[in-house]
Amino acid sequence: MSMQTGLATSTTQLRTYAPSTDVSVAAPAPRLEIARGRSTAARQNPRTEPGPIRFVIIALAVTFLSVFVVLPLVVVFASAFSKGVGAYFAALAEPEALAAIKLTLLVAAVSVTLNLVFGVVAAWAISKFEFTGKTFLITLIDLPFSVSPVISGLVFVLLFGAQGYFGPWLQAHNIHILFAVPGIALATIFVTFPFVARALIPLMQEQGTQEEEAAISLGASGLQTFFRVTLPNIKWGLLYGVLLCNARAMGEFGAVSVVSGHIRGETNTMPLLVEILYNEYQFVASFAIASLLAMLALITLVVKTVLERRLDETEVPDGD
Amino acid sequence: MAIEVKNIVKKFGSFAALDNVDLKVADGELLALLGPSGSGKTTLLRIIAGLDWPDSGEVAIDGENALTRGASERQVGFVFQHYALFRHMTVFENVAFGLRVQPRAIRKDEATIRARVKELLDLVQLDWLSNRYPSQLSGGQRQRIALARALAIEPRILLLDEPFGALDAKVRKELRQWLRSLHNEIHVTSIFVTHDQEEALEVANRVVVMDKGKIEQIGTPGEVYDNPATAFVHGFIGESIVLPVDVSGDAVRLDGRPLNIAAHGAASGAAKLFVRRHDMAIGPAGSGALDGAIRHVRSFGPIQRAEVALSGREGSTVIEIDAPRDRELQAGEIVSLQPRRYRIFATQD
Amino acid sequence: MGLTLTWLSVIILIPLAALFLKTFELSLDQFWGVITSRRTLNALKISFGLSFAAACVNLVMGTIIVWALVRYRFPGRRLFDAIVDIPFALPTAVAGVALTQLFAQKGWLGAPLAELGIKVAFTPIGIFVAMVFIGIPFVVRTVQPVLIDLDVEIEEAAASLGANRWHTVFRVILPSLIPALLTGFALAFARAVGEYGSVIFIAGNLPNVSEIAPLLVVIRLSEFRYADATAIAVVMLVASFLIIFLINRLQRWAQARIPVH
Repeated sequence: MSMQTGLATSTTQLRTYAPSTDVSVAAPAPRLEIARGRSTAARQNPRTEPGPIRFVIIALAVTFLSVFVVLPLVVVFASAFSKGVGAYFAALAEPEALAAIKLTLLVAAVSVTLNLVFGVVAAWAISKFEFTGKTFLITLIDLPFSVSPVISGLVFVLLFGAQGYFGPWLQAHNIHILFAVPGIALATIFVTFPFVARALIPLMQEQGTQEEEAAISLGASGLQTFFRVTLPNIKWGLLYGVLLCNARAMGEFGAVSVVSGHIRGETNTMPLLVEILYNEYQFVASFAIASLLAMLALITLVVKTVLERRLDETEVPDGD
Repeated sequence: MAIEVKNIVKKFGSFAALDNVDLKVADGELLALLGPSGSGKTTLLRIIAGLDWPDSGEVAIDGENALTRGASERQVGFVFQHYALFRHMTVFENVAFGLRVQPRAIRKDEATIRARVKELLDLVQLDWLSNRYPSQLSGGQRQRIALARALAIEPRILLLDEPFGALDAKVRKELRQWLRSLHNEIHVTSIFVTHDQEEALEVANRVVVMDKGKIEQIGTPGEVYDNPATAFVHGFIGESIVLPVDVSGDAVRLDGRPLNIAAHGAASGAAKLFVRRHDMAIGPAGSGALDGAIRHVRSFGPIQRAEVALSGREGSTVIEIDAPRDRELQAGEIVSLQPRRYRIFATQD
Repeated sequence: MGLTLTWLSVIILIPLAALFLKTFELSLDQFWGVITSRRTLNALKISFGLSFAAACVNLVMGTIIVWALVRYRFPGRRLFDAIVDIPFALPTAVAGVALTQLFAQKGWLGAPLAELGIKVAFTPIGIFVAMVFIGIPFVVRTVQPVLIDLDVEIEEAAASLGANRWHTVFRVILPSLIPALLTGFALAFARAVGEYGSVIFIAGNLPNVSEIAPLLVVIRLSEFRYADATAIAVVMLVASFLIIFLINRLQRWAQARIPVH
């Protein structure tokens, strides 16, 4: 009997708090709440605003997001299909477009792979070990986030450009970095560097080193520990980082624009081609490419939402 | 101010948090709402404060219907379990808040507000902290500031939700005594919620014991301890030995064996016998109602606590009894137990 | 470990060092000359001024959006919550062409606005609009978790002390959000200052009128005036470092609750 009461009370305690914790308007029947009228609603719950004010705030938020965020997205697809489906696919089948898609995929593959490996190692080093210069390392990892993409591109021009520090040497050895694929890859790696490490550091710090220590005490080697204990624990966070890293790698414009040289069919990534076609008033072609990138963004968002839910679940078993 | 609560019903979904609750609180009382978590005590407190609304029923404060007013219009001081101090305000500004948000027509001037805050901080003996921020205070200090803040609005009644729940044992004890002496000083009608029986019995003038949304008993600390009205109260307050018995007429049987005690009007059928540990008299084997073997004895202070195995049809039941140390008990000894004071409640489920 | 540090220095440290080395090749006079030339000054003014204005709008609208998303239940709430991230996720060039198309004289919004005599695309207003677009997630995503975690009891405490809803919101809730609001503001501002892709299409890029600093960097680079480009970049870089420094201080202040006044 005592067991039963114990169970019953713990659930009731939760329920008792639900209406007040679960933000403002009673969750199960929002319409009813409004229907009951302002003065009573406000009185019934000291934590919400009168009906008309609620309405105005919701209207403002929804309108703002619709006009400034949704509408531009709709414009992309509307413009891409403005001359029909045929024109859309014809634009995508252009050799120039195909070359840009191929280059974008190549650059993303290279930079995501490299940043995946080094992001994991950097996050591992930062969250599981104590060493001098750790704060400096963290700042360094964050840096590309806070630098203008144009400046990210500029630093590579200063290094590898004709008047750059390594420019003459590279020219002498006939190595092309700037205005070629390696330069684009380097700039992309630079701007996407933080994503993986940033997604992993808080997760790994929270998990601590206990499980690794347990594994090692049970006789696992370093690599075994990593692949059997650490990696399974961080897999969702890792996917999250890779996802965002990939989205940015494919969509990067500013940094790549500076180092690319805009050589048609050779050093134009998809975002760069969007710009070129747009400036040449080839709107359908430009928006067709843009629609692919917009799709990528939307898919990324959906997967991100799913992953975030997974990450939340691994933390607290709480189904909202 | 007197408080009167009538026929309050409050449901969360299908769960009845409060099931037809009636309660009268006299002016100047210090009342404890005591019960396990989920018993509805906090919900009742929040309804009186205007932070929750009942599905039906009445709440009157000083004879005046309180349900027509929201929390901000009731002039009820509420002290939260986790203090709920405003983190971005100093101690002084926290206490002054209630005075500063008064309608312009009755708002006092700055000098009066300052004087009043100073007076309250003196009352809770923390005037030296007035420029600190809540994060710089200890738990006990925060609780006293929360109380000073609630008192600033000159509340008609003071409500405290588990006021000492988040504090460690030592601070908790100090604050209990402090709260009682403070109440003696200011005499505002106060209700506090607690799940700690010791706290309720030690601080309150009257205790309201609640369970599953219902009031089980209302009485002075002595009454609820010595004369529990229901099986729940007997089990919840103080520690009890509980034995399943059968009542038929005035005869009480345990395991088919008659116990030579009276049923005192308990209805026939299955029932439970409640005895306080220290209300079991110990005599030589065969002299009392229950025979058993002592398995283990521990002595501390004025008492010895013995584990006694009562043999029955389905194995033995082990109970713990407290005996004075006038006769040393030995493990292995066979003794007879006789309840001196006991209660029998019919089994409900 | 060693590998990580090597990689970090190759990919981050060396390029940044190059930037500063390049700056030191300039004499102070040259540097000053570049920075104070009319075109540079105007570009910096446009970038910082409009970024500030956009961040202010983001602060207000972001707060309203967070409030609606966290405090109210309305149809499509989860969808709009997800939509907030679009400016993060959408490649900047796509955002740029889309906003331009939308606000161009024949665009869906540009046409009605033109009738009212308001020209958005190819004017400083266009820059401002693009900056508002990219900045909004920063405020929302910084403030949202703080409002969600805000203790329910402090609002009830305010109500029981006699505060009406207005007082509770403006004296208790919003002040508790100030550190998060300022952080969101700073992040939105920093992003807008450095933003390139979503701005250049709609900007018009008229020197001294609608030319942003990042674009001027690109122009100087294409003219092979590396020193000029570097000088402007350094000013922008120092500014964003100051902003990051400020954000960190803010966060520490929020944690310690040390008074500002």
